[in-house]
Amino acid sequence: MRIRVGHLYPEYLNIYADRGNIAVLARRAALRGHELDVEAVGLGDPVLPGAHDLLYVGGGQDREQAAVAPDLAAKGPAIRDAVARGAALLAVCGGYQLLGRGYRGRDGTLMPGVGLFPHETVAGTTRMIGDVLLECSLEPGRSRGLAGFENHAGRTLLDEGAEPLGRVVYGFGNDGDSGFEGCRQGTAIGTYLHGPLLPRNPWLADWLLSRALAHASREAPRDLEPLDDELEEAAFCVSAARAEARGGPR
Amino acid sequence: MDVRLTVETAAARGVGKLSRAFGRGGGTTIPGKLLWKVDPDAVDRLAARLPGGVALVSATNGKTTTTAMAAGILGADRKLAWNRAGANLLSGIASALVDARGAELGLFEVDEAALPETVERTRPRVVALANLFRDQLDRYGELEIVAERWRATVAALPEETTLVVSADDPVVADLAAGRGNVLRFGLDDPTHRRPAVQHAADSKYCVRCGTPYEYEAAYVGHLGDYRCPACGHARPELDVAARDIELHGLESSRFRLVLPHGYVDVELSLPGLYNVYNAVAAAAVAVALGVSTEKIRRGLEGFSAAFGRFERISIGRKELVMLLVKNPAGANEALRTLEIGIPPVLVLALNDAIADGQDVSWIWDVDYEPLLPHVQHVIATGDRADELGLRLVYGGLERNRLEVVPVLEHALDRGLELASAGTELVVLPTYTAMLALRGILTERGVVPPYWDGGQP
Repeated sequence: MRIRVGHLYPEYLNIYADRGNIAVLARRAALRGHELDVEAVGLGDPVLPGAHDLLYVGGGQDREQAAVAPDLAAKGPAIRDAVARGAALLAVCGGYQLLGRGYRGRDGTLMPGVGLFPHETVAGTTRMIGDVLLECSLEPGRSRGLAGFENHAGRTLLDEGAEPLGRVVYGFGNDGDSGFEGCRQGTAIGTYLHGPLLPRNPWLADWLLSRALAHASREAPRDLEPLDDELEEAAFCVSAARAEARGGPR
Repeated sequence: MDVRLTVETAAARGVGKLSRAFGRGGGTTIPGKLLWKVDPDAVDRLAARLPGGVALVSATNGKTTTTAMAAGILGADRKLAWNRAGANLLSGIASALVDARGAELGLFEVDEAALPETVERTRPRVVALANLFRDQLDRYGELEIVAERWRATVAALPEETTLVVSADDPVVADLAAGRGNVLRFGLDDPTHRRPAVQHAADSKYCVRCGTPYEYEAAYVGHLGDYRCPACGHARPELDVAARDIELHGLESSRFRLVLPHGYVDVELSLPGLYNVYNAVAAAAVAVALGVSTEKIRRGLEGFSAAFGRFERISIGRKELVMLLVKNPAGANEALRTLEIGIPPVLVLALNDAIADGQDVSWIWDVDYEPLLPHVQHVIATGDRADELGLRLVYGGLERNRLEVVPVLEHALDRGLELASAGTELVVLPTYTAMLALRGILTERGVVPPYWDGGQP
């Protein structure tokens, strides 16, 4: 099956090796006989209804993020609509911030975002940097670890009742305080974790692929056939151990 | 003479000897750390005593090599205070000042973040700024933050300080805009241009108006001959340039060094275009200090390699070639030098200590892909060996050609075992992995310890 991926602003938002996440999705799809068709969606390019099974938004430096923010906000209705119709989405770091209601600078002004995730990000004075380990239960009764690296100054505050991606075991998370990290809105996942995220957390790559395949085939999501993830698991263990040894204080 | 300073430096020297005697590494920053603690202003006073003044070199990539090349040129007929082992924070510079009694000229590589304070304290005659690449975001923050601090430092430089900048790096070149007493260096040989600016290149957008640059030639990452199609901001004229460049694989390179007053052909016993950049930067520093063309040529040609950056080590009938890699741009250039004579066995070592960068995501910005189909065996090693292995597998390396051997010493031995006699084993380590590998080779008696220097 062909999985149509819309990669937003790859020229601008690529600071934490976002192509690693795309490479993982492509290979894990190919090993199951599917093909990932990645289309770059740049400044001024429309997000057309039904055109993508998976959307990806990476992170950028402040300057790059500011350059794409207005264009991304203008794509807001189309992105929200795509997720409402079951397209999968992964947003990392700056992309995660920009997909919320907005980013409030130190002077109090709000740079409007996409409004997909129910959160607002406020500028902080210190950066939260380090390895992170999360405990996630995207499906009830199925708890899994997620390991990555965070580096952000913004504090992301989830609305009451919003679903986080996971609970922070070690590290800072959304705001260094709430004990939550990331956000999940249906088939969309937003997180500060890079590293990149997917190589050492293959279960999340498969979760996204399964949602993208369901969108492409108009069927219910199914578990994908397992792969030999020996290296992936070893990398996860080292990363998780790093989070325990030197992640932020929680 | 300042009695307090004399006592302090003598005490600091004693600690350096002690640290070496007890085998705790080179002791390259310990005396400086002591002096730095008891009297930070001593750096200012020691630097002010140097009759020939101070020259500083900073960059993301190549500062150790550029400084060592400049030392090869400048050290021929004067005594230098020089932080040769790459200890490039103020404590390391304090150490070099303490160790070099009777030095005439101070020559220091400086950490990008330490540049502002080092400039303030050492009041340099020459400041050379070579390039800015994304590097260890967990440590330095974004490139723009470093650039902003450099901008403020340059703006505060007195007019008599000569500023040496890379014309080929848009952000760095722009620091010198409108300033007198500037030497601009770069490459001028479009036959060596890359087909496109590399993936995840930095500073691709015009520093003045934000439009993507158009490149007549992109040489290394975003370094090259650029021009903004919207506002016309373009690479300035070169004062010191390399032309007619010939690269001879992992062996050497040759180029014509064009200076403000004449030119000279240079044979460099270092590989790769990035080392030509380093040589041109070193030549520009020497020009700023009034060194003759012939002395520049001799200094560059007599240069072999800076500590741990590029080393060729004979082990029995096998040759080990070690190239330090620490960020995507540097790693891409190291890999590019391998493209001509691809080694059958490659050892890649990834550590994640503070000096390596704790965030290892940068390996995904390295273009390993062109090399992988041609290498017979790749051994991934170091503290994050698995992560590196994953990077290579997702980059297309068949699993049966990859071995993941986290312990460095075992990986080294496995590499030597796989490399047949008469061939080269190429090792690409990050900084602390390089130190550890060098330590293993020192214990085996094949390389001298680093404080004895590989340099004259």
